[in-house]
Order: sequence, then structure tokens, then C-alpha cells
Amino acid sequence: MTFSPDLEARFARLLESYPPGRRRSALIPMLMYAQDEVGAVTGEVVEEVARRCGVTPLQVDEVVSYYSMLHRQPQGKYHVQVCTNISCLLRGGDKLYEQASRKLGIGHKETTADGRFSLEEVECIGACSWAPAIQVNYDFHHDMTPEKLDKLLASLEKIQ
Amino acid sequence: MPYNDPSPLEVRILTRRFGLPDSASLDTYLAHDGFQGFERALKLKPEEIIEEVKLSHLRGRGGAGFPAGLKWSFVPRSSPKPKYIVANADESEPGTCKDRLLMEYDPHQLLEGMLIAALAVDAHAGYIYIRGEYRYLIEILDRAIEEARARGYLGRNILGSGFDFEVYTHTGAGAYECGEESALLESLEGKRGVPRIRPPFPAVAGAFGCPTVLNNVETFCAVPYILREGGAAFAALGTPKNGGTRLFCLSGHVNRPGVYELPMGFNLLRMIHEVGGGVWKGKKLKAVIPGGSSCPVLKAGECDLPMDYDSLARAGSMLGSGGVVVMDEDTCMVKVALRIMRFYAHESCGWCIPCREGTMWLRKLLQRFHDGGGTRADIGLIGDVAKSMLGRTFCPLGDAAAMPTISFVEKFREEFEAHLDGRPCPCERAGEAVAV
Repeated sequence: MTFSPDLEARFARLLESYPPGRRRSALIPMLMYAQDEVGAVTGEVVEEVARRCGVTPLQVDEVVSYYSMLHRQPQGKYHVQVCTNISCLLRGGDKLYEQASRKLGIGHKETTADGRFSLEEVECIGACSWAPAIQVNYDFHHDMTPEKLDKLLASLEKIQ
Repeated sequence: MPYNDPSPLEVRILTRRFGLPDSASLDTYLAHDGFQGFERALKLKPEEIIEEVKLSHLRGRGGAGFPAGLKWSFVPRSSPKPKYIVANADESEPGTCKDRLLMEYDPHQLLEGMLIAALAVDAHAGYIYIRGEYRYLIEILDRAIEEARARGYLGRNILGSGFDFEVYTHTGAGAYECGEESALLESLEGKRGVPRIRPPFPAVAGAFGCPTVLNNVETFCAVPYILREGGAAFAALGTPKNGGTRLFCLSGHVNRPGVYELPMGFNLLRMIHEVGGGVWKGKKLKAVIPGGSSCPVLKAGECDLPMDYDSLARAGSMLGSGGVVVMDEDTCMVKVALRIMRFYAHESCGWCIPCREGTMWLRKLLQRFHDGGGTRADIGLIGDVAKSMLGRTFCPLGDAAAMPTISFVEKFREEFEAHLDGRPCPCERAGEAVAV
């Protein structure tokens, strides 16, 4: 399995970042960056990353099952993550989650039929002082309101 | 400040370059005292660098508050093994959002702090372990590292000193537990983030089994100032044994939430009213979580105190990670206790049974309570289950779940009693329970 030239370059740099004999250290970053490009941690990705890091596929599976951001199935093109932890909860994060769920017609960790959106109720994303906050893929949206959420979802719906 | 307006009451030491044009660039950093701490450190013996940090009374900003200089002094400099520097940028404690800003607006300050630590313990490689959600910071830090290398502030023979030091970013993948130092090191080695038994501590056997200095981002960011201006100058900013300033993350029911850099020992009520503009909607203060979700809650009447490690400990809570969560008079404490426990039950790594089982049962008990199905005996049971977790786990996550829970039950028992016998939650309309 090969990746894009940019990702291959990144992997080459990664493998040089750790002490000799410590290739396994590249495992989690490699899975994250591969997932970003491939869309999910597929069986093929597991095999390939295992080979490159010098571990067994089972050892990679153990890692994949532990970390909440690694997933085996593709998520929506826009993965909407609504924080409902305390700082967000106190400013209406739970209501935003319900609103997003209603609007998109999906629940926690579900994806719309057209694959455009997926939804996740997430734990603290580190935006407590600008709560309530959500993340769409890796982008933060701070100081959210029901109106801003509607607007955001509508704009993502329109992107070709 | 890019996310919230600064407060005139701030004492800006670590955040002083925030808001400058191109504040993340090396040029801006150098034009505002950048790398002067390192240049001074180059003229000192390693033990003198550590002495300066000890003198500063800088204590770990991740939550534990351990004296940073003392931590560094535990690294056996003469060990034949390589030594490592690891910055904990796995900022995940609910209520905490400060390290993000330090990396986004002043990445070179973090690099310089790590470099000074490297000089002190003779390390030649450092890692910044960043939570997976902060992907944009990896781009910013990688750029800063590249820029510093190109100009001779990192890499081989730094500034002609003969000293070599490389820094690498390393992404996490979503796990609160990896903010715990030994779990972080497991994760850095490509494994599940479960804690290691200690001793040995990371100073002796850390990254790759080698001596390691592992500190929070904010802790490293304080080091350039300490070396530039002297440990005594930093210490003088705070209270005895609690040196310097710290970044407080004010959130919840205040008029002006935000991240503010204030001297250690700043009064909590003043922080809420004068820095944060008071409780929102003209309401009264009910309670404050003073240092992230792991810290026992303070009732409004307990909040007239200086925000430093020792004062908070005396008040039965902790300064923690600087996440100050303010709750108004209408907040349902059962709901807050439940939300906190849902978090810990989700994040428990499952390695230690008291934590894995305890968080799950507490979540169930609190959920039943909030839904109106609790019994009087459950109130005592919640406290008992939580107390039986204390001190019985490899890492502090079990304690972090238990301590706030005990405080909610003890300090707001009347609210738990008001939820008994299927009565609707008195703080909000029925049917608005948090989904689990």
C-alpha cells in the first residue's frame, strides 16, 4: 500500500524522529495521518502500518481500539463533534448536541445516508473559555449559539 | 488576545507576546527577548540552571503542582543513557484551554523552555505530545521548529555552543488518560495509554526507559523568563512557595469568560467579579470548580481565598490545571456531578479495577439519581463507592473521579435529597435530563 507523496515524506520524517530501534513510536501518528488520507483505519492500513512500524497487526488493533479518534469505518465528510462536558454544558452544549442531532437526523456516532455528515457527542475539546464549542473535522467553532449552528450546518450542506 | 479581550488586571509574563503581529514567528520572538534565557543558561553550569528554577518556586502547571526544579534535579545527569525532554501538550482536563494559546501564539517560548531543560540535564532530543484534536497546532509547531533549526536555535551546535538538541511533535489520538505522565510515555512508545507503576519515576526511567524531564507546556513556557530575569524575580510575582503567574481558564456562568494570566495567589472572588465581570444574568454565585473537573468543588462561601496550590489544598481542593468553572445559583449540582462522572467513566482506561468499576457504578448511581429514581441510601453509597477508589489505582484518574464526587455529595447533600422519590429535578424542568 502506498500513500500520497506528501504523506510518504511525512512518514519518512516520522520514522527518523525516534531513537534507533523505536520505530513503534511512529505507530499512533502514522495511524492518524493515514486515517486522514484514507478515510478510516481499514484492514489494509493496519497491515501496512504494522509492517512499517515493525509490529504485528494485532498490536496495531490493540492500539486502534483504545483511542477515540481512530475509527474503522469512514465518518461523514463533515464530522460534527459537539462538546457537552461541564464548561460547554453550563452554556448550552447539551442543547446544541440535540439540535445538531435533530437537524441531521442522526445520533451519536452515526453518519447520514449520503455520507456528508456524521455526529459525535465528545468530551472536553479544550475550548472551555469560549464555550459552547464544537469541532468540525479539525476546525474549532467557538462561542456557538443555536443560530450559529444552524448557519454552519447549512453552509456545510451547500459545499460541493 | 485573539479569543477573548485581555483584562487590565493581568500580569502578562508568559502571554506578553500574544497579540503582537506575527507573534508565532521567530523574528517577533527574538525582537521581544526571545532566546535570551537560553543565552544566559549557556553561561551557567547545569546545576546552576536547576538552582535558578528551584529558586523561582515554579510548580507543575499540569495539575500536580510539583516543584519543577526539584523534578529536574532527580534526573541522573551522569547516566550513560540518553536523556529526553517531553512536553505534555495533551491538554484534556475539562475546564482547561490554556496550553493551546501558548503553542498557537508563542511556540518559540515553549521550544526555548525545552531547550533550557535539555541543557540542564544534557538531553539531545525532545518530544511535544499533542492531543489529537489540536491538529492545527502541529502545523504551527512544526513550522516553528523548522524556523528555529534554520536559524541555528535548534539542531546541531546551537548558536556555536557545541550543544545539540532536536524537537519533534507527536500527535495523540483521543484519550484523556494520556495526559497522565506514565500513560503519555506508553502512548509515545506506540502503545495503549495505560499507566506505569512507579517508582521508577520518569526522571529515572521515562521515555524509552531513559531519564526524562516531563512537564506541562505552561511549565516549560515559564522557564525562559526565569533564566532571563532570575528565579527570584519570578518567585516574587506570586506567593511564598508558589512562584510566578499562571494562566487561569475562566469558564461557565461568568460575563467575560476567557484565559487570563494572573499572579499566583490572586483572590478567586476577585477573579470572578473583576476579571470575569461577575456571574452572568445578574445571578448569584453557587459554586466553583477551581482547577479542572478533578478538583473538589467550592461553595460560594468558600471562594474568598488566594488562588495558589497551598491555599487551595488548605481549603480541601486543588489548584489543578487552572480551569476555573463558575456555576450560578440555578445550576443543578446532581447534573454537574453526573456529567463529570460520565466523563471519567468514558476515559477510565480500564487498567485498574477500582477505577474501571467505580466510575461505571458511580455513573449509573448518579444517572438514576438525576432521573428521579434515587433512594436515600444511594446518597451514602455514592460517597462510599467514591471513597473506596481513593489511592487504589496506578494513576490519579481514579482519585480524579472520586474527589469531586465526594465533594458534591458532602457539600450539596440537600440537592441530592431534593431529587429523591421521583421528584422532578428542582433546578430545571423535568425531561431535560442529560442523555447518557
